[in-house]
Amino acid sequence: MNARAELHALDDLWFQISGTICNLTCHHCFISCSPTNRSFDLIPLEDVLRTLETSRRLGVKEYYFTGGEPFIHPAMVEILEHTLELGPATVLTNGTLLKRLVIARLARAETASIYSLELRVSIDGYSPETNDAIRGKGTFARAMAGVRLLLEHGFLPIVTVAQTWEDDRAEEVFHGFVELLRGEGYERPRIKIIPTLRLGAEVERSRGYYASERITEDMLEDFDESQLICTHSRMVTNRGVYVCPILIDNPAARMGDDLDDALGAYPLDQSACYTCYVGGAVCSNVCAGGFRVS
Amino acid sequence: MSGARSVATCVRGVSVSPERFDRIAVFGGVYSNHVALEAVLADARRRDVDAVFCLGDLGAFGPNPDKIFPLLVEPGVRVMQGNYDDSISRGLADCQCGYTDPRDNYFAKISYDYTFDHTSDRWKGFLRSLPESIRIELGGYRVLMSHGSPRKMSEFLWESTAPTHFLDKMVASYDADVVLATHSGLHWKRELPSDRHFVNVGVIGRPANDGSTNVWYSLLDARRGFDVTFIPVDYDHESLALEMKHEGLPTEFIDTIRHGWWTTCLEILPSKERKKGRF
Ligand code: SF4
Ligand code: SF4
Ligand SMILES: [Fe+2]
Repeated sequence: MNARAELHALDDLWFQISGTICNLTCHHCFISCSPTNRSFDLIPLEDVLRTLETSRRLGVKEYYFTGGEPFIHPAMVEILEHTLELGPATVLTNGTLLKRLVIARLARAETASIYSLELRVSIDGYSPETNDAIRGKGTFARAMAGVRLLLEHGFLPIVTVAQTWEDDRAEEVFHGFVELLRGEGYERPRIKIIPTLRLGAEVERSRGYYASERITEDMLEDFDESQLICTHSRMVTNRGVYVCPILIDNPAARMGDDLDDALGAYPLDQSACYTCYVGGAVCSNVCAGGFRVS
Repeated sequence: MSGARSVATCVRGVSVSPERFDRIAVFGGVYSNHVALEAVLADARRRDVDAVFCLGDLGAFGPNPDKIFPLLVEPGVRVMQGNYDDSISRGLADCQCGYTDPRDNYFAKISYDYTFDHTSDRWKGFLRSLPESIRIELGGYRVLMSHGSPRKMSEFLWESTAPTHFLDKMVASYDADVVLATHSGLHWKRELPSDRHFVNVGVIGRPANDGSTNVWYSLLDARRGFDVTFIPVDYDHESLALEMKHEGLPTEFIDTIRHGWWTTCLEILPSKERKKGRF
């Protein structure tokens, strides 16, 4: 029988803030975002503000903004300014659209707040060749320019890398990133490596899921359920609230119109659930630092 | 069940009223730093506290873990269990901090294995017997002491990632006016609506990643409203550093004791806290 996951507490509130609209079209994008994919659209500012208000009552601990590319949203900075009055915010960006004025304004908002603003910049290879093969021509240089801008403004960006290599190369790739970022003057680089999800465009790149890759009830015995994002998160989109940031392409993952409709348990019957089960908390903010183990 | 007011808690079906105090000293994270522990206890005594509480994580990081137990037990410090104590007492594989960075794990393992090997069975039994939380009444305030947070022993509560509404909901849902925690290693406090409070009491085992060698504990006084003072305590850190060296503990740990900057397990720090440190 399939297992169910209760929402223990709504700690992490996610916003699919720019829908599925992205200036890039990465090969491994698990929700196949692109400049023209409008299956999810921008969330209007007023809706975000209303949800933020509800989130206080629900005791939300951290706010996450993703897309698509969040900085496509014309009100992104304003949204972050509002969020930082309430709690800590994390933005998942591809780094290619970061502009000096925007970053300067965000730096001011962070300084004025008691809460942290984290910027996670996705870069998938430590050289133009390896990165651009996945994320598109010229994206390495543009994302690195974004990282530089963030560093200049005092941020400690978290470089987020989707693992597209075999496990035995993990250390080599990790150290490649450390050297790259040190070379930019980032003395204590924060690097986070996440498993790729076998969904969306990623199915074309490698393979989909096997039927046996499902979570059953007995698999949850002695398992720390808090490892599953859906036990402490929900995803807000312009088309309602979804169980987690991973399954928004799946109509079965929509739980209701707004947050209060989406607080119940969820049956873990989707194959992506298996990745969560095996891979652990892929979306927590914990990231690897840049020191060599001697 | 005479006089059981709203503050009464239910322990195995028996309703007990928590002990009452007016002025207490509280700290966590001794991390085997027996030199700092002695200095902190002497300081608290001078300040005339009713009782001293330790919120757990007795071992890790420092030398000769067995040295701290008599120092805690003799003067009657009320001790709670932390994740480190839970791991050591049950012989778990690691400290349950959940690091993912290979470097953090490397150092975490050195200190965990050292502490496990040098903690005698007698004190492992003591660690096993410790409570996971303590409730008291401080002045008119219902105080709940936890290690990481009331809901999870290994939860990190940082100042820059704990929204006021989140803390307020937590304090209210545990029928408390004040919640105390440690575990993260940095002390901070937040006043919440309706005279509720959250305090991370800090740790006395290592400095607060601010370039100073002193450690911090918390003085809580509720005689006239709820008052928290963080007390810096200097101690002979050089003697601890020498002892650590003698025990063959990593230079990285010794550097922290000598210079006041954290050198390992930094991945868990949110950006604001990370920026304040040097590494
Ligand atoms: S992976 Fe990120 S940057 Fe790439 S297309 Fe998808 S949303 Fe855009
Ligand atoms: S994909 Fe993961 S987070 Fe989403 S519902 Fe399944 S187990 Fe939960
Ligand atoms: Fe701890």
